[in-house]
Amino acid sequence: MTGEQIFFLIVGAVTLLSALMVVTSRDLVHAALWLVATLFGVAIVYAFLNAGFLAVVQVVVYIGAIAILFIFAVMLTRRQAADTGAAMNANWWVGALVAVVSFLGLASMLSKWSGFSKMATAMPSGFDAVGQLGGALTSADGYVLPFEVASVLLLAALVGAVYLAFNKK
Amino acid sequence: MNFWNDPLKVAADWLMGVFAGWGMNETAANLLVAFLGVLLLITILMVIDIFLVWIERKVVSRFQDRIGPNRVGPFGLIQPFADIVKLMIKEDTTPNGADKVVYNLAPILSMMSVLILWAVVPLAPVMLGVDLNAGILFIIAAGSIGTLSIIMGGWSSNNKFSVIGAFRQVAVMVSFEIPMLATLLIPTIFAGSMGMNAIIQSQNIWYVFLSPLAALIFMIAAIAELGRAPFDLAEGESELVSGYNIEYSGMKFGMFYAGELLHAFTFGGFWSIFFFGGYRFFGLEQISPAFGILIILFKAMIGYWVIMWVKYTMMRIRIDQMLSFNWKFLTPVAFVLVMVTALMNALLSSASSWLYIAGMILSNIIVAWVALEIVRSTAKQERKKVEGVKVVAEAHH
Amino acid sequence: MIPLSWYLMLAAGLFSIGLFGALARRNAVAILLGVELMLNAVNINLVAFWRYGDVAVMAGQVFAIIVFAVAAAEVAVGLALVISVYRRRNTVVAEDLNMMKW
Repeated sequence: MTGEQIFFLIVGAVTLLSALMVVTSRDLVHAALWLVATLFGVAIVYAFLNAGFLAVVQVVVYIGAIAILFIFAVMLTRRQAADTGAAMNANWWVGALVAVVSFLGLASMLSKWSGFSKMATAMPSGFDAVGQLGGALTSADGYVLPFEVASVLLLAALVGAVYLAFNKK
Repeated sequence: MNFWNDPLKVAADWLMGVFAGWGMNETAANLLVAFLGVLLLITILMVIDIFLVWIERKVVSRFQDRIGPNRVGPFGLIQPFADIVKLMIKEDTTPNGADKVVYNLAPILSMMSVLILWAVVPLAPVMLGVDLNAGILFIIAAGSIGTLSIIMGGWSSNNKFSVIGAFRQVAVMVSFEIPMLATLLIPTIFAGSMGMNAIIQSQNIWYVFLSPLAALIFMIAAIAELGRAPFDLAEGESELVSGYNIEYSGMKFGMFYAGELLHAFTFGGFWSIFFFGGYRFFGLEQISPAFGILIILFKAMIGYWVIMWVKYTMMRIRIDQMLSFNWKFLTPVAFVLVMVTALMNALLSSASSWLYIAGMILSNIIVAWVALEIVRSTAKQERKKVEGVKVVAEAHH
Repeated sequence: MIPLSWYLMLAAGLFSIGLFGALARRNAVAILLGVELMLNAVNINLVAFWRYGDVAVMAGQVFAIIVFAVAAAEVAVGLALVISVYRRRNTVVAEDLNMMKW
């Protein structure tokens, strides 16, 4: 086992463990903070995959915006400092069962696939991933339409969120 | 490649030789050398940070017509060390009902978010941690970790003032991030890269001459990001006592405080990198990296001085004024400026450099003038409304 | 070198944990947290397939970026809904919001 593999295993274990803490911790602020840890782990996974730009964007968008938004929402929607009541609903075991079954199903399906344990080819030398990504997002024969649709979606979400959260007197 | 031209490379090669002599394999030796480099950088930064305390106190006292620390050591230079000793021997308190882990983690994260910024700061042409091709985004990412540390500190202290302070600070930070990122796109357009070194290398003309408005908006957004006056309402001594760090004492408070000072200095450095040519100064940096380091530290110090100048001259504004200043003025202006700059850049790409500079400056002036005109006319209308109300009120008497 | 299978397994695990969170939690904010985990798992897969397929085809990274945008939009609207519901009903527990239940 190489050093890279050991490092990946540690990162993966930490990511999964903090993801488990996200769904099980009773205190929602703690859950949101564990989410930050998970998102960091995912960012490191992107760095493993030679997608440094996505790793940085992950930190900016997810931790800088989404996680902060979650913490805000948690703090704005509780009456007392302590949460009361059970964290899980009565059918939590059904959820657990569905999750385990879906994991096993995914694993067994993937393990039958021929490209399952494929190794990565070396990155072409001088490959400008960020430039390529920018080109793909903005060229007409690339993905300019999904890109524009995503920006319209963001605008709609912005307007919708302001409208919904606006306190009508 | 001798020591004079690239001291870090020579030192690293020498260390690699030493470690190889000890029978270490290459990967481990590389890791160890990188680790030592990081340790060296952090040590130097912390030493600078100690003297930033002295500089800040001296500058503020001059602004306030005082002399400042002058008892301990020559010119009071030993004063920051006395401060550190005081912070060290202070009782380390944790409030009742505090969330201990989060409470203790917040100051560390706060300091870390500042220190990792220096990973992408080029000190000289050959001296930088990583030449990340998304260097500008990295700054914003590090800033979001700082935001996180503030909300963690404010929330875990179990104190309503600290939560209010954290809320304010975070609201300010996430909203002022937008004009900051927008103005950082302007050096990106000029340089054709988001890498810090590429931006510095392409500044044959300082970008402040191409886009003075962008430099100004970046500075305003940076001051808001730092939470300094006139945007220091997260601390707001008269209303919130001290904001998010109210419950911290001893070295934990010291870490917030030192982090804030180093953050201000770092943003002075970024200002100089993006708009004032970074380590470049009439080719002096070509002679030796040592000059590069001196130049960039000097320019960062000037940027830091500007931040202090604003801080100790302006008074605090209200949170609603500040947020509407951002959303209704700064962000639209920054977006329009980015669009205009991109358009002018495309139009003038084949023009001579004098025409290019003239066009850029002209477009900046027009954008600024139009923005100020719009603000002036709306302000006039608002004033008229208020004055009208007053007249009616007087008529009743 | 890390085989593709490790990334896929990590993503499958993350997805399942997120699914559990979305199904089992009572608090609406916690359900959204679970959805975020699932979106992240999808993103790991997209980027992994980009890296292990033809690197010059940027589809994987492009869709990862679009998932970022969608996630941001989802969280903004979702949390606005949660806050709006909290204002009217004074609760954010999903099973208490049963006005439409017949």
